[in-house]
Amino acid sequence: MTESTETVTLDLTVNGRTHQVELEPRELLVDVLRERLGLTGTNLGCETTSCGACTVLVDGRSVKSCTMLAVQGQGRDVRTIEDLADGEVLHPVQAAFQRCHGLQCGFCTPGMVMASVSLIDEGRATDEQSVRAALKGNLCRCTGYQNIVAAVLSAAQEIEADR
Amino acid sequence: MTPVPFAYRRATSVQEAISLLTEHGEEAKAIAGGHSLLPIMKLRFAAPELLVDLGGIPDLDHIRVEGDEMVLGALARHSDLELSALLREEVPLLAHTAGLVGDCQIRHRGTLGGSVAHGDPSADLPATLVALRATVVVDGPGGRRTVPVDHFYTGFLETALAPDELVVELRVPRTGDAPWGYQKFRRRGIDWAIVGVAYQSEPGAGGIGLVNMGPTTLRAAAAEEALRAGADPAQVAALADQDTAPVGDASGSPEYRRHLARVLLSRALAGRNSS
Repeated sequence: MTESTETVTLDLTVNGRTHQVELEPRELLVDVLRERLGLTGTNLGCETTSCGACTVLVDGRSVKSCTMLAVQGQGRDVRTIEDLADGEVLHPVQAAFQRCHGLQCGFCTPGMVMASVSLIDEGRATDEQSVRAALKGNLCRCTGYQNIVAAVLSAAQEIEADR
Repeated sequence: MTPVPFAYRRATSVQEAISLLTEHGEEAKAIAGGHSLLPIMKLRFAAPELLVDLGGIPDLDHIRVEGDEMVLGALARHSDLELSALLREEVPLLAHTAGLVGDCQIRHRGTLGGSVAHGDPSADLPATLVALRATVVVDGPGGRRTVPVDHFYTGFLETALAPDELVVELRVPRTGDAPWGYQKFRRRGIDWAIVGVAYQSEPGAGGIGLVNMGPTTLRAAAAEEALRAGADPAQVAALADQDTAPVGDASGSPEYRRHLARVLLSRALAGRNSS
């Protein structure tokens, strides 16, 4: 099939900006974010939908960008860790991770933070057990999760109070 | 990990998707959330020449009541099912099971239709649909047809779907607060079930679906029969693995899986659910 090496032109909206990218349909969203758009805040970990380091928001919901084709992002709103802070002012979830020391090496952190923004928005941060269940798709090999869970609960409280 | 090159078409209607699949035959594959297909394409176990993306089709993610049934669009995502207040009320077993698939990120992308059409015997939702005696609504070049879920799974990763057909809808009886239970046994939260058991009571009978107890999703027919005959729960649970063919792998031997099926059914019958 001669079509199979085709490239397509994609309008991809990331962090509120629409980029026109010419790419092969097989390119994964994470690779397009990192290598074509230079948004290296999203980390690539396991590449097998397990570790969650590549988590971004698509239409406001957490998604593993290693398991989504960039072309599937057509017409959707992609948001990465680069877009969370407002200038020097951290997003409440970022601030809570800092305050509660919810990280050590930091590799999983962008994915943890994006997953947390989504789960708080969905009302899943009701107690420790719910947060742990909602974060099971994000692996951390340093912290033992204690401070991450504390950060998510703290951020959820703050976001709820601001509503 | 990048799949081999393929052509890509984004369908904007079911009819357009079916035309593309008809035109390209077995070389084409439909993709929705992609959480079954993309992982195997990245490992290059699958290499379709054309992907037909269903993501541009509007209005196929409905969750609504029609008479005695809940009607669920194939593009409803697992998280839509899990968080639907309506589904939690009308078919709590299905809403609960959807919330145990993968993790939040996976549930935000994976779709009901995709899980049903992929036909993996270790998936949660097909066994739940067996317990619920669901009907699969299929669309193709010959028009729409309905397939009872018992006739849908024909072999390992094989279904009654022709290459140019799509699952478009699932129809599930409204069970309300009739007793149910779902048990999923796995070592880590994000793992597939080593064995799973879905139980839904209904007046005078019961539906029991089994995860990972053979090459396809299975119905525990002998246990259902005992339940209908009024056997006590222990006798029913003892029949959970009858006429099954579980494999042995790194997660457990066939005997271990048989044991799990019996234990998990006894828990499910008692209305205990995995979380």
